[in-house]
Amino acid sequence: MTPSGVTITGVRKRFSRLEVLRGVDLTVASGRITAIVGPNAAGKSTLIKMILGLVKPSVGGGSIVVDGALINGGPEYRERVGYMPQAARFPEHLSGREIIDLLRDLRGRPDRLDQELLALFQLEAVLDKPIRTLSGGTRQKLNAVVAFLFHPSLVILDEPTAGLDPLSSGILKDKLRRASAAGTTVLLTGHIMSEIEELAQDIVFMVDGAVSYQGTVEQLLTESGESRLERAIARLLDGAGR
Amino acid sequence: MKTARKVLSSQLRNVLRSRWVLGYALLLFGMTQLLLQFGGSGERALLSLLNVVLLLLPLVSVIFGTLYVYNAREFIEMLLAQPVGRGALYAGLFGGLAIPMAGAFLLAVGVPLLLQGGSDPGYLRHCLMLLAAGVLLTLVYIALSLCVAVLIEDRARGLGAALLVWLFTALLYDGLVLLVTQLFADYPLEGPLLTLIFLNPIDLARVLLLLSFDNAALMGYTGAMYETFFNKGAGTLLAFGMLLLCVAVPLLVGLRWFRRKDF
Repeated sequence: MTPSGVTITGVRKRFSRLEVLRGVDLTVASGRITAIVGPNAAGKSTLIKMILGLVKPSVGGGSIVVDGALINGGPEYRERVGYMPQAARFPEHLSGREIIDLLRDLRGRPDRLDQELLALFQLEAVLDKPIRTLSGGTRQKLNAVVAFLFHPSLVILDEPTAGLDPLSSGILKDKLRRASAAGTTVLLTGHIMSEIEELAQDIVFMVDGAVSYQGTVEQLLTESGESRLERAIARLLDGAGR
Repeated sequence: MKTARKVLSSQLRNVLRSRWVLGYALLLFGMTQLLLQFGGSGERALLSLLNVVLLLLPLVSVIFGTLYVYNAREFIEMLLAQPVGRGALYAGLFGGLAIPMAGAFLLAVGVPLLLQGGSDPGYLRHCLMLLAAGVLLTLVYIALSLCVAVLIEDRARGLGAALLVWLFTALLYDGLVLLVTQLFADYPLEGPLLTLIFLNPIDLARVLLLLSFDNAALMGYTGAMYETFFNKGAGTLLAFGMLLLCVAVPLLVGLRWFRRKDF
């Protein structure tokens, strides 16, 4: 597995009249856990979707480099990317195993799979049941399994613990730490600051479509003079006039 | 191509297990059986089925396709986050919707019709024309449903737009043609009207079937006009060609939008 960082330079995105991203410059260091935080409508999800190629930059709207490869429309770079969206909605009539099989097929049926989360979440027993019969939490666990299944060098998670019970949430957080220690770059968003403080090494604070702070969590705490991340972020928000 | 096939096969499994498709097939089967049992001879039943093909198939196809794509929105996003090209995913989506819908129609209508008719070559030809027109209309409206769902972000508005597409092509368009005929009755209208009729897939399918059923002159203005303008072979071929174009154009337009879409 090659460590994969992300370099974002001058990225802009406009949805008709609304400018969602206003020249974002950002470096996500490889092998570290980086959290993107900020108020609602700050552009966090749009930025994540741009890294995944789901949203395209506006014309002349900067560049995104993942693992040394410039994103320019081709899907190949996503071989090394895992993604866990905020809410998973899989096809209702397929089973978890069929979904995993489909994703394996799409990636050329690799032999080596990371099935650690499958075992830790004890999903094997429900893997042959149709998705429509599974609870929201179980679907979210499957979502997490899929994100790590192909040994990605970059994992992107959008509010990963939303919908998970405390036990499963703990399992996922431990997995993120282990993955990061093994060299995987982790990029996540979230609103629960205690969780982010627990997980993240680096923090990116976005407001109004731009990055207004980037640094390590310790650095932010020192600079703000606060002992908790939640208070430090509140200060950043105050500083941004919110 | 390989990727499209993989997406297609998973879509097929998902759609075929949905009760929608089963319900649709049962409805068509029930209607066909009723018409065959109580609607007189096989030829008469075919004429009655013509309205099912021209009205019900487009309606169900466009609504089912639109709803399916909106429901699959998050899964489409997840697939696009994999190393999958947008063109392949779009092709897989279209095939995964079109094949079960067209298959349900062929089985539910085609099998009883063909079993009923015996070996009369004329009846057999009419059956095949009806089935071909039905399949093509299904493809056209599935392609249109993809266009609607890709273009319009909001589900309720998208569903409304899908209904409008059906309402316009199935009902309002013919009213428009009649209005034009009425307003410009003193002018030679054959050319413009022919063009207008060519632009509506339901009218095209109607022409195809009426020319095949030898009832063109009795079954409305569209059919009568085509009977006058074309001899049988050429008219049928032209209508078929245009129907294929009616599948290709929205499919390609939808693909273009899909490639550019922000999810």
